[in-house]
Amino acid sequence: MKIQVLGTGCAKCKSLEKAVREVVVQNNIDAEVTKVEDIMEIMKFNVMTTPALVVDGKVVLKGRVPSNDELKQILTNKIFLI
Amino acid sequence: MKWNKQITWTLLALPVWYLLYVNLQPLADWIVRILPGMSNGAPLTEAIRFFIFEFPKVLLLLVLIIFFVGIVRSFFTPERTRKALEGKNTFTGNVMAALLGIVTPFCSCSAIPLFLGFVESGVPLGITFSFLIAAPMINEVAVVLLYGMFGWKTVLIYISTGLAIAILAGWIIGRLHLEKWVEEWVYATRFEKGEMEETKITFPQRIGMGLTAVKEIVSKVWLYVALGIAVGAGVHGYVPAEFMASLMGKDVWYAVPLSVLIGVPLYSNAAGIVPIVSVLIEKGAALGTALAFMMSVIALSLPEMIILKKVLKLPLIITFIAIVAIGIMLVGLLFNLIM
Repeated sequence: MKIQVLGTGCAKCKSLEKAVREVVVQNNIDAEVTKVEDIMEIMKFNVMTTPALVVDGKVVLKGRVPSNDELKQILTNKIFLI
Repeated sequence: MKWNKQITWTLLALPVWYLLYVNLQPLADWIVRILPGMSNGAPLTEAIRFFIFEFPKVLLLLVLIIFFVGIVRSFFTPERTRKALEGKNTFTGNVMAALLGIVTPFCSCSAIPLFLGFVESGVPLGITFSFLIAAPMINEVAVVLLYGMFGWKTVLIYISTGLAIAILAGWIIGRLHLEKWVEEWVYATRFEKGEMEETKITFPQRIGMGLTAVKEIVSKVWLYVALGIAVGAGVHGYVPAEFMASLMGKDVWYAVPLSVLIGVPLYSNAAGIVPIVSVLIEKGAALGTALAFMMSVIALSLPEMIILKKVLKLPLIITFIAIVAIGIMLVGLLFNLIM
């Protein structure tokens, strides 16, 4: 699974990245986590609110930092909660 | 509709909220009475009474209003707002953008993707600016605090003048045709626009979003509110009432432009600035001057300008700041004149 955290470097973006890495490690999710900071790259996903979370090329969450439980749900069940 | 525990608790909390709110004054009086060493009328007693009453009052108002604002905002997304503004005429578009700026969830850290998203899909520059001005300028925390400290008339003045500035400033920027001062790549690149599917949000989820908003905002601002009111309470009893009159009073014509010039580079959230404004007014500053100061602090901020520098050239940023600052000054002067 490929996970991308989209964010230009705001505080919320950093906390989302941190939370994602935590959840991935805690639940042994086989995933590669990357942070996308380039605005041009971010705009390709057609999001207008950061931070956003992209799983396998699909935007699954944007504009907020979810709780770790919610993140776990999103990443393990791939439930989309935009 | 799926009923859940969260809704039950929320419904139970509403009457509790009401009972607390209407009984705050007697409660505050009672606490002051049972505290040792308090004598009625002494400056310290009155300062403490002021704090024990004002702080919970403002906190209760914050919780309630932010909860409802959170629910209202769940109906608005930047995507929908963009859709509503696409291909709109000037002026009607400016009015709509300013109004939508109030209700659409916005954080200055998302200013760039939002700006690009708007401009790319054909929302005119001036209309985009009306949105970008109104969104931070009219702030729900400021609304609550102004209501709690000065009443609904001041709130009305604040919202209507804030809207007027956002509409007119955006309209002027549109008329000046400043697209040349937007970084070239913004118009040169076309991002592929995949259809954004919208997930359906259920009503219980909206209540959840209201509660999240309360948790997020109140945990962030309660300390500022407490500090602001504590300073207010202290000043209330100890600083002479006309202390600010000679500096920021009605007759000091240069007070408004000076306050705005000081306020523009300052950056604070609304929660921190409103209590200071209330102190200024109580000590003799004119309402117009104090409001102008507040608006310039929360509407224009250095961090946001630095963020916007990525997409706007310096002349446009300066024009933007100048137009909004002049608008705020005019509002301040006008109020000092008529009030």
